[in-house]
Amino acid sequence: MCRFEGLNSRLLTLMALCMAAALPAAGAMGAEPGQKALSGIGRTATSAEVKAWDIDVRPDFKGLPPGRGSVRQGEVLWEAQCASCHGSFGESSHVFTPLAGGISPQDIKAGRVEGLLPGSNQPQRTTLMKLSSLSTLWDYINRAMPWNAPKTLSADDVYAVTAYILNLNNVLPADFTLSERNIREVQAMLPNRNGLTTVHAMWPGKELGGTSRPDVQGSACMNNCQTEVVVKSSLPDYARNAHGNLAEQSRRLGPVRGADTTRAASGFGVVSHFEENRSAVPESVAQVATENIADSKASSATVSTAAISPLLQKNACVACHGMDSKLIGPSFRDIADKYKGRTDAVSYLSGKIRSGGQGVWGAVAMPAQSLNQEESAQVAQWLVQGMRK
Amino acid sequence: MHSRFIQRAPENFLSSQQLQDVRAGRRGFLAGALIAATAAATAGKVRAQGDDPNIVNLPIHSKSLGQPVAARAYGMPSEWEKNLQRRESPGLTRVGQASVSFCPLQGLFGIITPSGLHFERHHQGWWDIDPSKHRLMVNGSDDTMLKRAMVFTMDDLMRLPNVSRMHFIECGANTGMEWGNSAVPTVQYTHGMLSCSEFTGVPLRTVLELCGADLKRGKFVLAEGADGSGMTRTIPMSLVMSGEVLLAYGQNGEMLRPENGYPLRLVVPGVQGVSWVKYLRRIELGDMPYGTKDETIHYVDLLPSGLHRQYTSIQEIKSVITSPSGGQVLLDKGFHTITGLAWSGRGKIKRVDVSVDGGRNWKAARLEGPVLDKCLSRFNADFVWDGKPAIFQSRAVDETGQIQPAYAALREVRASRSIYHNNAIQSWLLGENGEVKNVQV
Repeated sequence: MCRFEGLNSRLLTLMALCMAAALPAAGAMGAEPGQKALSGIGRTATSAEVKAWDIDVRPDFKGLPPGRGSVRQGEVLWEAQCASCHGSFGESSHVFTPLAGGISPQDIKAGRVEGLLPGSNQPQRTTLMKLSSLSTLWDYINRAMPWNAPKTLSADDVYAVTAYILNLNNVLPADFTLSERNIREVQAMLPNRNGLTTVHAMWPGKELGGTSRPDVQGSACMNNCQTEVVVKSSLPDYARNAHGNLAEQSRRLGPVRGADTTRAASGFGVVSHFEENRSAVPESVAQVATENIADSKASSATVSTAAISPLLQKNACVACHGMDSKLIGPSFRDIADKYKGRTDAVSYLSGKIRSGGQGVWGAVAMPAQSLNQEESAQVAQWLVQGMRK
Repeated sequence: MHSRFIQRAPENFLSSQQLQDVRAGRRGFLAGALIAATAAATAGKVRAQGDDPNIVNLPIHSKSLGQPVAARAYGMPSEWEKNLQRRESPGLTRVGQASVSFCPLQGLFGIITPSGLHFERHHQGWWDIDPSKHRLMVNGSDDTMLKRAMVFTMDDLMRLPNVSRMHFIECGANTGMEWGNSAVPTVQYTHGMLSCSEFTGVPLRTVLELCGADLKRGKFVLAEGADGSGMTRTIPMSLVMSGEVLLAYGQNGEMLRPENGYPLRLVVPGVQGVSWVKYLRRIELGDMPYGTKDETIHYVDLLPSGLHRQYTSIQEIKSVITSPSGGQVLLDKGFHTITGLAWSGRGKIKRVDVSVDGGRNWKAARLEGPVLDKCLSRFNADFVWDGKPAIFQSRAVDETGQIQPAYAALREVRASRSIYHNNAIQSWLLGENGEVKNVQV
């Protein structure tokens, strides 16, 4: 152990000089670090290591391990490990987007899904509507499922679950067994196998044979570019506070503040030269197909008791709230009466449903409910409109 | 936590009865601003004439002892800045582990995103991985693609020659909620899946060459993460060969944050964030694209023809005014600075134009330096508010000549169901009360 305080300054100087003199000889400083110069960094991977991690399966099925699994085996696995998120029939949108649905026998024949065309009545794009390569589904389940315990299924399990999903969409019959030997034949039956394209300019490089020119170009116009500017879309008033109080989301310093969205806007002014015309957005445009992104647009139309009842049942609202009588929580009638005069009642109640609360009606707390924004707004709408029949 | 030194919050400055009085008595701009945003009603607006007590009464920090060094071993933002946080968009996702938190662009300056405010996108939850146990494997899709498959520790990777570069990262689904209509109130939610950092790491090309890669046969690279989702994406070879793609461990002078992939992530400049694989564990060199879950089932862009575009990678020319922006309130008429960000996955920003009349007339904004390749650029423009409504827009142009499109131009080609790659011009409507709203024109 050497302590610098113990060395005299002359010795230190001498050491420094010696080190400086020794450096050029000791290394190759300043040289371009080529492959040779970098030798000694990293090591060769063992075959067992590569086997443990190289799990990807390509669209040509390179990397697919041998194995087999039936629709029936898949169904058992599905109920035990998949259905809680995806629903028994792959229909669930509670947690994740639906896997099954939206496929016709004609789609399976053509390899293109008609439900993807504009104007079709598909509320959501399901996984099977998009899937073009079966390797992707196999690889997805194998590497990432079950969601909370990924990479725990055997290869046979993955074949079985894959077969079950395809059976849900009537691509495979109920007595089918999927294996590495017949998977190419099943690939040829995928409903959207011809539904993807790489003809675009958004891949850097030429490997995919795309176009070099981007498909959309803006305008460089500087003056008198448009004769008329019309506001075609804006947030509805009831959604004003849907993202929380915006006053708490901007700095309280500088030339601007966040708007206090717990209160209704006032004095915004008649925007005469940008007159609002929301109907200019066609309904087909407003209905955005969603997967990772949900549409926050909600309807302000009349909500009847008959229309809202399934939602109340599904979310077990009725376990605590009676229509006209107090159960654990206040009756819907009491809530409707209490808030009917309040201008921000819809956003207030909608927020309360989703955040939960305590103390307004008594000591028993209402937990936060898992309704989405649109659903909670509908329930609030129904209450504020006086629970119409 | 407000200390005893702090005055009552501005929103408590006026009682609701006082607000009523203001509304009844004064219908002008001030009343509107007070009601729309009582936070706007700061002491400055309603203070009586006379000497400022903040000047004549010396504050406690001028008359007593402050805190010692290293009171916080890792420094934190001021207590007063708590409004600027990463936030989720209510109703967007159902589970926190497969969700997004948005960056508060409305309050940021310059081009660098503070690491603690960097947007998050996790597919199966985030981890803080022990870096001494993390490994990067490089292998080939067959035995001849590399001279040898290799394994690198973090010690190995951090020993290799490194570079530091500033780049933006934007989720392909940024602004995705706005394809059909105005859906969210502020720039945090419309554009907040966007951040920009200085990244430090090793060019992937260096490591491939170290493995003796066959760069003639190897036309595609697969990047794979070590987390539960095992994120996999096909990486464009042209960006690997140009030396742009980095095996990055550094972010803004320190190691990557866990939420951003500690200890190793891929940096793929100009390409959507999902390709910047976090917790990177494996690189495979191959001769065909991989059709992974996040390039076949997700991150595919639906066209009006019913076809999905696959391998859409480049984040195209885009800009947004970050302030004044939706959900904010201008405190007064007169001079204001319109400020915003512009970026392009194809290169440098060449110019940004700003309109205050909804796109009828445009003026060039000041592009503040530095203007870097595939990096955020800050722009500013002067605005004198006369109290009348206005619609703010910005429009960027990159060095390849691409001009940011209006919604009409974008929807004409791609309709409104693509989810990904919405780079349309954003409009913010300023009302007579000083409040700004998200609109589409």
